[in-house]
Amino acid sequence: MPRSIEFREAIREAMCEEMRRDARVFLLGEEVAQYQGAYKVSRGMLKEFGPRRVIDAPISENGFSGLGIGAAMYGLRPIIEFMSWSFSLVAADQILNNAPKMLYMSGGQFPIPIVFRGNGGAGGQLGSTHSWCVESMYANVPGLKMAIPFDAYDAKGLLKTAIRDDNPVFVLESERLLSVKGEVPEGDYLVPFGEAAIRRQGTDCTIVSFGRPLYFCLEAAESLAAEGIECEVIDGRTVRPLDIETISRSVARTNYCVVVDESWPFASIGAELAAQIHVLNFDDLDNHVVRVQADDVPAPYAYNLEQEMLPNARKICEAVRAVTYAA
Amino acid sequence: MPAKIVFHAKIESVSILDEQGNFDAKLGKDVIPDTDVVRLYEHMTICRQFDEVAFKLQRSGRMGTYPENRGQEAVSLGAVYALHPDDWLVPCYRENCGLFWRGLPMEYILLHWMGDERGNEIPRDLYMTPQAIPIGTQMLHAVGLAWAGKYRKKDSIACAFFGDGATSEGDCHEALNFAANLDLPVVFVCQNNGWAISVPTKMQCSAPTLAQRGLAYGMECVQCDGNDIFAMAKVVGEAAERARRDHRPTFIEALTYRLGDHTTADDARRYRDEAELKKWLKRDPLIRIRTYLQQRKLFDDSREKALQARAREEVAAAVKRAEEIAAPTSSDMFDWLYAEMPGELATQRATLRTSGLGQDPSQLQEQSPAPSRNP
Repeated sequence: MPRSIEFREAIREAMCEEMRRDARVFLLGEEVAQYQGAYKVSRGMLKEFGPRRVIDAPISENGFSGLGIGAAMYGLRPIIEFMSWSFSLVAADQILNNAPKMLYMSGGQFPIPIVFRGNGGAGGQLGSTHSWCVESMYANVPGLKMAIPFDAYDAKGLLKTAIRDDNPVFVLESERLLSVKGEVPEGDYLVPFGEAAIRRQGTDCTIVSFGRPLYFCLEAAESLAAEGIECEVIDGRTVRPLDIETISRSVARTNYCVVVDESWPFASIGAELAAQIHVLNFDDLDNHVVRVQADDVPAPYAYNLEQEMLPNARKICEAVRAVTYAA
Repeated sequence: MPAKIVFHAKIESVSILDEQGNFDAKLGKDVIPDTDVVRLYEHMTICRQFDEVAFKLQRSGRMGTYPENRGQEAVSLGAVYALHPDDWLVPCYRENCGLFWRGLPMEYILLHWMGDERGNEIPRDLYMTPQAIPIGTQMLHAVGLAWAGKYRKKDSIACAFFGDGATSEGDCHEALNFAANLDLPVVFVCQNNGWAISVPTKMQCSAPTLAQRGLAYGMECVQCDGNDIFAMAKVVGEAAERARRDHRPTFIEALTYRLGDHTTADDARRYRDEAELKKWLKRDPLIRIRTYLQQRKLFDDSREKALQARAREEVAAAVKRAEEIAAPTSSDMFDWLYAEMPGELATQRATLRTSGLGQDPSQLQEQSPAPSRNP
């Protein structure tokens, strides 16, 4: 039965359902137990599952990431929560240099079924060091999977898929979306990896994005519709694996494409999408792909500057008008 | 008001069989029965032969790089001897002797250093992880393995091996803290061989012992003579018992010495005092056990001769097995990246082109990359 719940509740439901289903799953991270989660995602979980399965870690991201990898090597399925993905940088050696390579380097002997999750992204006026959009940098590493849920429904369905996956999965939850409500069915359902969702249908231009910037894409699409430009908005859902086929099919229909990515432009997911679409849709495109990315600066602290630095509806509208020669 | 002393510390250093051949019968009682001492000596001799052959293979271009284990054999051997067969061994790269004792076929280590990742495909029933070449990263995995063992109510513990150099890494300190805070059954064995490549231990740590690093995290710690297999077996045996019984970790600093270079890419003569090396050559763990056996008439020259012949034969056979394994095929590099083969990777595997990403597969021809001699 669908009911409207917050994005954070959907994450919690996914973890609780999977922990009831599979005794090998446990949650480890900072403030996840007694404090009920720094962002209240794990509220009530200590009470239900006890301190054996919901564990407060010392402030030691590299430590609990490495511990999780070791536990996964001996048959468990850890969920490692980063209070913020910005803090995962100190754990880079474990999450990038160990987790995604262990199966490969051991010739298949040590699968690492682990989920690294937590909130991330800019836009909360938290200053540059706390406002990382790690997706482009991390997605560069083979051996991991990455999901970026757009709404509460996907937050639950993608996280459940992540927990059942036999590979390291990075789930990036936008801090700005945690309180956003959405329709979520009770009980079990999965959102498969590598299947993009068309969030809005349109015939004139394809807009592709992941996670929070999709709200700006949809906002832009509404105002562009008033101008007579109908945009198709595609939510990639997972960066690895990437459903480039759905995106490419859409571009073949619309002949124009704008990619929206809240990470920095250089060597980014936006750049990768543009490159792939240029190859796959070379004969379809009536203009080159245009990217709307964060400006190439650290996230500014001042509210107005940070909003200006990130992709927003205005920038997306301008990009769509430009790419479709409607400007 | 005078300040109160709120913490006293002491570090014990354990030695049972010293370099003069003196044996502490009280401390050494029942640690290793004589029949096992003979077997351990034989095993260590074979490992020494392995080390010498591996070094020569590298020098003759048949192996890429090799880190000599020479002089440090007793540390891992004594430790593994004292552990159960399902206790996790989490090694770095100077534990060959202990790994072989557990049952790892010698060709695995040869394959690894010959540049073939299949040397890391360690059978699961050996309860050992692949050699960790980055420094200290494996210590956290040992903590996680111990965590999983405790979580699953297994009797097994984890034993992490690392060098003095690793104790400067954050991973080491995080591992010690987690193991102590979460009451985890881990035995940390620090092989203090005096040198982190060219940096001597005294330049890495101002404290008089490395063992006391464990104290700061609230765990038992002890120093021991790492070239004394009796001392190793005793302290690891006690630490393992503490881990199994109380779920408490122990930090062991095993004092040993790297008789060789850091790896074959190094030349220790450029930075190391010859006199220091000579001093440690006399403390060679092999000489020490041989003296012990000689004194008790458990071994003689004719057995030694036969042992040397057996060592040459066994190592030569392992080299043959390793060299007979055909090189991996280029499509093998795509296997085991994921637990299942993703579609885009299957395309890359079929076409052997990274540009398979985002390409129309029908436009790509299957091809084999030509071997390149470019650096």
